[in-house]
Order: sequence, then C-alpha cells, then structure tokens
Amino acid sequence: MTDNANIDTYRRRFLGNTATAIAGLSVAPGVFLHEVAQARPADEAVTSDVRWGMLIDTNKCANGCTDCVTSCNDEHGLTGHGRPETDAQWIRKVDLRDKQTGHTQSLPLLCQHCEHPPCVDVCPTGASFKRADGIVLVDKHICIGCRYCMMACPYKARSFIHEALQDQLPHAPRGKGTVESCTFCVHRVDEGRTPACVEACTAENHNAMVFGDINDPDSKIAMQLKQHSSRQIRADLNLNTGVRYRGI
Amino acid sequence: MKLQIDFREIEGGMRFYSLLGFIGLFVLAGLGAAYFMEHNGHHVTGMTNQIVWGTPHVFAVFLIVAASGALNVASISSVFGKTPYKPLARLSGLLAIALLVGGLAILVLDLGRPDRLIVAMTYYNFKSIFAWNIILYIGFMAVVAVSLWMMMERKMNAFTRLAGFTAFIWRLILTTGTGSIFGFLVARQAYDAALMAPMFIIMSFSFGLAIFILVLMAAYKWSDRPLGDLIINRLKNLLGVFIAAVLYFVMVYHLTNLYMTEHHGVERFILLDGGVYTNLFWFVQILLGSLVPLALLYHPTTGKSRGWIGLASLLVIIGGLAQMYIIIIGGQAYPLELFPGMEVTSSFFDGGINAYAPSLPEIVLGISGIAMALAAVVVGIRVLRFLPLSLADELVDPHHHAAGTAKAAA
Repeated sequence: MTDNANIDTYRRRFLGNTATAIAGLSVAPGVFLHEVAQARPADEAVTSDVRWGMLIDTNKCANGCTDCVTSCNDEHGLTGHGRPETDAQWIRKVDLRDKQTGHTQSLPLLCQHCEHPPCVDVCPTGASFKRADGIVLVDKHICIGCRYCMMACPYKARSFIHEALQDQLPHAPRGKGTVESCTFCVHRVDEGRTPACVEACTAENHNAMVFGDINDPDSKIAMQLKQHSSRQIRADLNLNTGVRYRGI
Repeated sequence: MKLQIDFREIEGGMRFYSLLGFIGLFVLAGLGAAYFMEHNGHHVTGMTNQIVWGTPHVFAVFLIVAASGALNVASISSVFGKTPYKPLARLSGLLAIALLVGGLAILVLDLGRPDRLIVAMTYYNFKSIFAWNIILYIGFMAVVAVSLWMMMERKMNAFTRLAGFTAFIWRLILTTGTGSIFGFLVARQAYDAALMAPMFIIMSFSFGLAIFILVLMAAYKWSDRPLGDLIINRLKNLLGVFIAAVLYFVMVYHLTNLYMTEHHGVERFILLDGGVYTNLFWFVQILLGSLVPLALLYHPTTGKSRGWIGLASLLVIIGGLAQMYIIIIGGQAYPLELFPGMEVTSSFFDGGINAYAPSLPEIVLGISGIAMALAAVVVGIRVLRFLPLSLADELVDPHHHAAGTAKAAA
C-alpha cells in the first residue's frame, strides 16, 4: 500500500512536470518571437494592425557618417556607374545649414512611407502601391517607366534605372526602365529583422535610427514618439509619413 | 443661290510623295532615336533623377495640348454655328487626331518600358489623372473620328452638331486633364495650382490655331487651290485674341505666386536669375512668342500679309514650345523645398538648381512627333475628302463683299 502510494506520488509529479515542460516548450517560441521580432508567417497576409515606421534623431546622426547609405547600397546591390545624376540612391545624407542662425545639421533622407503617398495616387498602372502595413513599394512587373511618381514625390525619394543592370540580388529585384526606392528592407522586415540602415547605425553605436511598429504602444518607436516631440518633413502636405524626425 | 463647297482629295504625284518622303525621314530618325534611348537606357539622354521629364515631354505635351486646340475651328462651326468655318471643320478634326497621335507616340517611345504599353492599357489606377488621360486621349480620337464621319457622310449630316458638341465638351475635359497632370502635383513649387487646367485650355486654343493656320496655308499653296483672305482674316484675328488670353493667364499665375512668400524662390528663378529659363520666358515666350505675333497680326500692313500671318503663327508655336519647356523642365530644375529657411546640400543634388541639357536623341524624338502628325495629315488629305477645292471668299461667305474682309472675326 505504502509502495503504491509512493509510486503514485512520483508518477503524478513526473506527469505534472512533463506537461508543464511541454506546454512551456510549445508556447515559448511563439512568445519569444512575438516579443523580439513580431515576425509573421510567410503565408499570412500583412494587415493594417501594423504600421511600420522609423524615427530618426538628427542630434545623434553624426556629421559625415554615411553608414546607413553604405549599408543600404550593399543590401540592395546599388552599385553606381560613376554617374551621380542618374545613379540610384535610396537613402542619402542631407546637410542643412540655417540661413538665419548658421546652425548646421545632418540627416538621412529616404522614402517617407506616407500614409497618403502622392506617388501611389499618380501612378497610372497601380505599380506604385502601399502595403497594408504602410510600406510603399513599386511592383516592377507593371511599372511602365513613366516617372510620374518621381514628379509627384515631395521627398525626391525615387530613382529611375537609366541603364541595364546585371547580377541583381534575389531579394531586391531591379530593372532598366523602371522606378525604385527604399523598401524599408521589406524582405528583412518580413523575416522579423530591422532595415539594413538602422542595423548599421546601431552597430556603430550612433543609435540615431529606430525602426518598429508605430501602432504597437509597447514598441520602442511608439514609446519614443509618445515621449518626445518629433516632426514630419513637409508636414504641411498632411501625408502622415512613416518616417519621423527629432531635432529638426 | 447657295454655292456648294466641294471637298476633294489632293493630287498624288511627285510633289505629294516627295513631301511625304521628306516628313518620313524625320519619323524614321525619331524611331531610331527612340531605339537608341531604349537600347542604352536613359543615361544617354539629358534626363536624370533630377530632371525626370525632358525635351520629349516638352514636345509631347505641346502636341497633345495643340491637338485639342486644333479642333476649335470645327467646334466654332458645329457648336457655335458659324458657317464661314464650316468648310474647315474636316481639316480641323483631322489635324486634331494627327497632333494627338504625334504627341502620344513621343510619350510612349520615351517610356522606360515602352514594351509594356499593353500594361498601361489594362491596369488602371483611377485616382491617377494620368490614367484618366489615357482614357480621355483614346476617347478623343474616337469622338473626333465619329464627328468627322457625321460631317463626311451625307446621310449622317443631321448628327454633325451633336457629334461636334460632344467633341467640344470632350476636348475641354481632355485639356483639363492634361493641365492637371501638373496642377495636381503638390510636391513642386512651380505646379500645384488649379490655374494649370484653364491655362492649358487657353494655351491649346492658341497653339492649336497657330498650327491650323500654317497647315491650312501650306496645304492650299502646295495643292494650288484658292484660299481667300476672308477666312485667313477671321482665323488670324481669333489667334490674336487667344495669344492675349494666354498672356493674361500667365500674368495671373505669376502675380499669384509673387504675392505668396513661399513661392518667391521659384518666381525669382523663372523671372529673374534662372539663366536659360529666364531668357526663354522673357525673350522667347513673352516677346517673340506673344508680343511680336500680336503686333504682326494687328498691324495694318503685316496683318494683311499671308507671309507675316504665317510668321506670326510660327512664332506662337515657338513661344508655346518655350512655355512648355519652362513649365516642364524649369519646374523640375528648381529644387524641392523640403527644409524652408535652410541651405540644403547632398549627394543627390538636393537644394541646388538641377542642370539639364537636351540631348540630340531627345530633340530628334520630339521633332519626329511633329513629323508623325504632319505625315498623318498629308496622307489623310490625300486619301479622303478633307479639303475644299476652293476657299475663295465668295464661297466661304456668299454675302461677302470687299468691305466685309475687315470686319472682326467671330
């Protein structure tokens, strides 16, 4: 009787611990992934529950540093042809000097991923489009190369491909005669990673760029946006840009 | 007794084929230029990521605007019932379609992916004024073609007025759409103005009529048909009114901008220190393209001479091309104002005046659009009955007498 009671106690404890462990093992990866990267299964459509955005702190952006630009070029295979007027630039460093006060600043400028993008409005074929999660992209298959989006973009964020390209990267399809711009590194974002420029800026410990889901109140970007004042470039156009700036 | 207007095809023969061959050379050169640009990519042109629309677009938009204006003569006849214009209505319709085809051909040949024309025809974003324009352009050709059929087929004559009215409304909407391509652009200082639409309409009146007068005079001279002063006088007086109206719109546009501090930069650029754009504005658009033709058309001596009226029309066309150059290229040369009050510099040419020099292929492609339009007209009047055998004064207006030539145009 005593032996049986001992065995029962042991068995119960064993079963209980095993169940907890199994439950933990099955739930943990989900919780872990959700917390760290908010990754979404590849076969699941993007939703407007998420709005990807970027906060750039110009006070932390080092003058003369172009790590964000270099990493973007490497990430997407943007090799120049030595013709700066026609070579593609998805992100660029812009230097500002206040005409009145002489105060100087430096900041990266890229596609602002507007909520109401003028490029999407004007595109005749619908090649320029905005994903539900706020990322503005060009469908290279139906872009006819009319460049009306480049006329319409208030941020000069887009580039036209002026020559034939070779060895494009699989995750960054590009082609002669079509228009392209910053994709917010959509291929990385869909894997739960951050854009290359943000990663490079953080790696250098400048930490001038924060990327995340503006709609998620617990995200770093949402908390910083709530805490500090920030600005949209050309806020007068009321485009509700996904990229915000501090310090300008 | 009412005199009958007799429409006849022009004669074939050496003169016809040499003219067609001469125009054909320009068309071929344009196709060659387009192939060169497409094969190498647009880096062989003067166009860049700063100046994304260049010389081809200047010619294309000019031709598209002029196309709807060329239809005016037909509209005056069918919609406003002015009989002296009736014999010219067919040529007016033909020229309108031809100019539109020429302009659209340039636009298509300049696309980054002209091979995807079918995509442009099958994928529509209905919020895009560009997409609407594709429909408006195709519709315009159809509406004008039907209108021509009503005019040329005796059994359908009863519907001429209805068809003409439809075409008139359509062309107003079409040019509103063309002007709005620029009017709807919020990004750039030189655009973003509702005035663009009506200004383009009045520009179309002027450019289209100038081309019409030249084509009419050339066609009658080369086909040895009589062309009376009565009709030319009416047309040239009308052209004068249109030139003045364009000047008025240009003035209102600049005055409005000059009043608003935020537009002072771009106004200073166009009107004062923009180099080539400032010169084009004052010397070509205003002086050579507007004031000189006005003087020529209304001067008691030159206003009676075919040669001077022809020159005035040519100057209006040159002035119109200059105006398009200033609007399209000048508007892009002036930088986007992203940071008001700041000096802006970057590796992407932010904050500076953007350089542009037209390349030979661009110019050749642009001129070939004009050549395509003219070729279509020459073939059109050869194969169908577009031109009256005579436009002598007594045929144009049976009640005409010598004193009547001086009366003002409708």
